[in-house]
Amino acid sequence: MGKTINIRRGYDIRLVGEAEKVLQEAPFSDLFAVKPADFPAITPKLLVAPGDEVMAGQALFYDKDRPNLRFPSPVSGEVAEIVRGEKRRILEVRILADREVRYLEFPRADLARLDRASVIQQLLDSGCWQYLRQRPFSIIADPVDVPKAIFISGFDSAPLAPDWGFALAAERENLQAGLQVLRILANGNLHVGLRSDESSGLREVDLGGIVPPENIHRFRGPHPAGNVGVHIHHIDPIQPGEKVWTINAQDAVILGRLFREGRFRADRVLALTGGCVAKPRYVRVWTGQRMSDVVDGQLNADHVRIIQGNVLTGKTSSAADFVSFYTNQITVIPEGDKPEFLGWLLPGFHKLSLSRTYFSWLWPKRRYNLDTNTHGEERAFVMSGEYEKVLPMNILPTYLLRAILARDVERMEQLGIYEVAEEDFALCEFVCTSKVPVQRILAEGLEYMRKEG
Amino acid sequence: MKFLEDFFNKARPNFQKGGKFEKLYPAFEAFETFVFTPPHTTHDGVHVRDSIDLKRTMFTVIVAMIPTLLFGMWNVGYQHYQAYGLEMSHWDYFMFGFWKVLPIIVVSYAAGLGVEFIFSVLRGHSVSEGYLVSGLLIPLTMPVTVPLWMVALGAIFCTLIGKEIFGGTGMNFMNPALLARAFLFFAFPAYMSGEIWTDLSPEGGRALVDGYSGATNLVVFDENFRNLPSPADMFWGFEQGSIGETSVAACLIGALILVVTGVGSWRIMLSCVLGALFMGYLFNVLAPDSMPHHAMHTPGYYHLLMGSFAFGTVYMATDPVSAAHTEKGKWVYGFLIGAFTVILRVFNPAYPEAVMLSILLMNVFAPVIDHLVVEQHIKSRLKKSKLSRA
Repeated sequence: MGKTINIRRGYDIRLVGEAEKVLQEAPFSDLFAVKPADFPAITPKLLVAPGDEVMAGQALFYDKDRPNLRFPSPVSGEVAEIVRGEKRRILEVRILADREVRYLEFPRADLARLDRASVIQQLLDSGCWQYLRQRPFSIIADPVDVPKAIFISGFDSAPLAPDWGFALAAERENLQAGLQVLRILANGNLHVGLRSDESSGLREVDLGGIVPPENIHRFRGPHPAGNVGVHIHHIDPIQPGEKVWTINAQDAVILGRLFREGRFRADRVLALTGGCVAKPRYVRVWTGQRMSDVVDGQLNADHVRIIQGNVLTGKTSSAADFVSFYTNQITVIPEGDKPEFLGWLLPGFHKLSLSRTYFSWLWPKRRYNLDTNTHGEERAFVMSGEYEKVLPMNILPTYLLRAILARDVERMEQLGIYEVAEEDFALCEFVCTSKVPVQRILAEGLEYMRKEG
Repeated sequence: MKFLEDFFNKARPNFQKGGKFEKLYPAFEAFETFVFTPPHTTHDGVHVRDSIDLKRTMFTVIVAMIPTLLFGMWNVGYQHYQAYGLEMSHWDYFMFGFWKVLPIIVVSYAAGLGVEFIFSVLRGHSVSEGYLVSGLLIPLTMPVTVPLWMVALGAIFCTLIGKEIFGGTGMNFMNPALLARAFLFFAFPAYMSGEIWTDLSPEGGRALVDGYSGATNLVVFDENFRNLPSPADMFWGFEQGSIGETSVAACLIGALILVVTGVGSWRIMLSCVLGALFMGYLFNVLAPDSMPHHAMHTPGYYHLLMGSFAFGTVYMATDPVSAAHTEKGKWVYGFLIGAFTVILRVFNPAYPEAVMLSILLMNVFAPVIDHLVVEQHIKSRLKKSKLSRA
């Protein structure tokens, strides 16, 4: 087994509304949608038109630049509508679902005898390839590449994040099948990061001996200790020219199902969390399902923000939205659009801050129901040394961001842009005194490098 | 607070696009956000934000300066009555100082914020909070006898040349308040050096005590360091000097506030002290035995107590904008400030204000220090990647 890696720099935002370890089934919707915007850096081209009958696992659209990347329907039914936005951009492909899901059948494989080429073919045919991400850039992996390694994080350390140990407890065999598939794709170089004390997330027994012990790494410390980017950085950092792949633990389960059951079965377990959820718990939902099926009747307030994902990296959503392909968590917190009288002057016993400028630091164990208020306006960058406290990587965050703003390709490379993704810098954005949009700047930098490089 | 909210809501349309005072929006916004934390919400990126903002940061620095301000007011009165040989109550000392210092503060804020508002209106950017701190730093670094027109001039110079020509708070490369003080020091030496440190407004029928000297301990130090006040007096601050600089004790309280809240860099403060001690004791070792009165013989720790070393280290060197930005760079930056201060004090009697000049000098060099740190960081990253490839 690899040695335990101690993550010192980071921060756990203590929020109220952690999901109780109870699993509920969400009602099955009649209306589903697949949103091309869920998938990073693709240009969708439709394969279906309204009125077409589709099966679960049948491709709805493909990527214009890489036509073998296809994006599947999670259910069977009739294509109801193509919702378009400005410049006819495709926003949603809506499907009226059958009561009983009919699946497109794929070969059930003997995992011990599969070879890499046939794995890739089946993943592409079924549209499951899009679950594989590539670093640098955190985009969908390219099937023609052979990655240096594949990394999976066995635990999510983000605020109120789901505990994979609980959420995937019923899926152990599918998870192990998924790991086997990934091991084939990685030519054996599959790495998993676990929490050192196994207090949350996957445990070594869940992996079923599929990952060799020297490739199981243990991490201790605050968020972002569970980020796969942090794991890669500490285990085997990405050098210029190299590519590694990553996949989310729950998505690995879906790959496992594909090879064990011969179907693209896209139900997933979400943690329904946050201070505005009456009874935070785990919910089994179907990818593409209406959000209203999940959140209706569950909230204890009206003026809320519904987020698909966690409060650091999630996307703003609503009850009228649909569950995205990669969503593992829904967080509902109060909207903070109220002015506060002399907010910057008061002692602030209940204002969370990493600095100790508010007296809340005297109660370190307190949990907060944070709202979406920015607590101040955007300013020029003033305070130095803040980002470094929450970024456990050998990277100078402010200098990297500066290089991005200057569009200095060489500098960005030197300062390590290939190693990072937006999620790794999310805490930097959270702590920033000047309210700088750190993740947006980084996203621009990554996109620029992808197009220039 | 409803009536205030209503007031702003009613006034807002006049300042928004198409309103009568559209151009004055930044000024309106500054007032409004001063009273009410704005109702802005996150839109992309993180959904929650840390409660800290620049207003709170600057406010914390002001809180940290209050001990020096209060002590400074008391000391102004104390020095005044001492000069006339009068024993008064502490309250009298304080109130005398209070009425002397208050106008300086008011003028400093009025002039500086005036320029800040004009610029934000002209340029259409929001008013930054930086001057809240500079506006108090300027009075604290002045002798109490400074004419008010000079305070105004200094404040205007501070915002205009120190900040706005570079684009405002966060863009300047030198500490604006310190720059203003240096400007006044070199432009009006008659008002900024010599026997000006004590307010000598006449006390009915009393004459100055015999043996009164208006020299600060830095001047004494240049003549013969053995005549300096006792270390205890220098530590507590019962001595002449700029309004806020004399008490090391008050500065230490401020330092504690800044370090605990995380607003001021402990690395810079500590390395400044280490730099000064290193240089001070090095000189003790190197000092020529044949000249027992040479300043090199000054005990190393005296440099921490004399003049404005403590004030400069705690409140000026730690300015995050003009200091080094990298954590390693902060160590170098602070150490050099401390070391240069002692060198200047010992070898250049023409400029007793060695702390001010050292900090300004290192402000100029901070980007170079950072550059070297970043280059070294890149090299170490490269080396690591070559190692892992081999």
